[in-house]
Amino acid sequence: MARFRASQGGVTARFGAAQARIVRDLVSQVAELLGADPETETDEGHGANGSAGQDLEAGFGLTDATEAPRDPVLARLLPDAYRDDPEAAGEFRRYTELSLRDGKVAAARTVLGTLPARGGRVRLSQPDAEAWLRALNDVRLALGVRLGVTDDFEEVGNGINPADPRAAYVWVYHWLAYLQESLVEALS
Amino acid sequence: MSVSPAEVKSPETGQETERDLPWVTIVWNDPVNLMSYVTYVFQTVFGYAKPKAEKLMLDVHHKGRAVVSSGARESMERDAETLHGFGLWATVSHDK
Repeated sequence: MARFRASQGGVTARFGAAQARIVRDLVSQVAELLGADPETETDEGHGANGSAGQDLEAGFGLTDATEAPRDPVLARLLPDAYRDDPEAAGEFRRYTELSLRDGKVAAARTVLGTLPARGGRVRLSQPDAEAWLRALNDVRLALGVRLGVTDDFEEVGNGINPADPRAAYVWVYHWLAYLQESLVEALS
Repeated sequence: MSVSPAEVKSPETGQETERDLPWVTIVWNDPVNLMSYVTYVFQTVFGYAKPKAEKLMLDVHHKGRAVVSSGARESMERDAETLHGFGLWATVSHDK
């Protein structure tokens, strides 16, 4: 399995073709979700491929969104900054949400730009490695919401029926944790 | 909570306005974020030494939350925004 190691001036890892495809696919999905127009988002953003029009609109970016997104994944990726003060939370969101989305999409693009679609050796500078960390974390947060991850998830995950479509993602979720952990270690 | 950043006494006189009270950034526990990653983020974002970053991470993990910075409201909002960029669940509030 791919894992990161420290190397001269950065980190390096080797990805198999299937691993690269999984990472690229999930990172792209999160980026698409983040680029979607909040006005037209659906609860099925994860894995949705028919949102080109929404993505195009979101490219121009301005929004007056002051409420947390309805999609639970987006709500986790773009959380309220005030817990008991909706007005302050809305104001904060108005000024920060777009740049937060942009930052996350940029991190996703860094992954897509440095991970060959067919796999192979990846070499990352420190800043690119940090973008990878954030992008991998966003993917894990998204999967965590979709899989209903809780503190005792190891057991829950093991309890998912292999026929359940989520079963494959449980494995991916754990694998990404392993990959991210190796990246943190390589950077430390 | 017995968390490190600047212990601040609440005004007892009632003379001070809300603005005089410092603000804090709180990070909440989350079942997904890796402990090593959260420690790394505290080191990177705040420049905390590893032992302090680890202590804060453990506070988040065991107590459900930890105050990770305190100061002016604007700085706390910047901290929260940065932490959101890293995927941590951070909020801003008055230290009362």
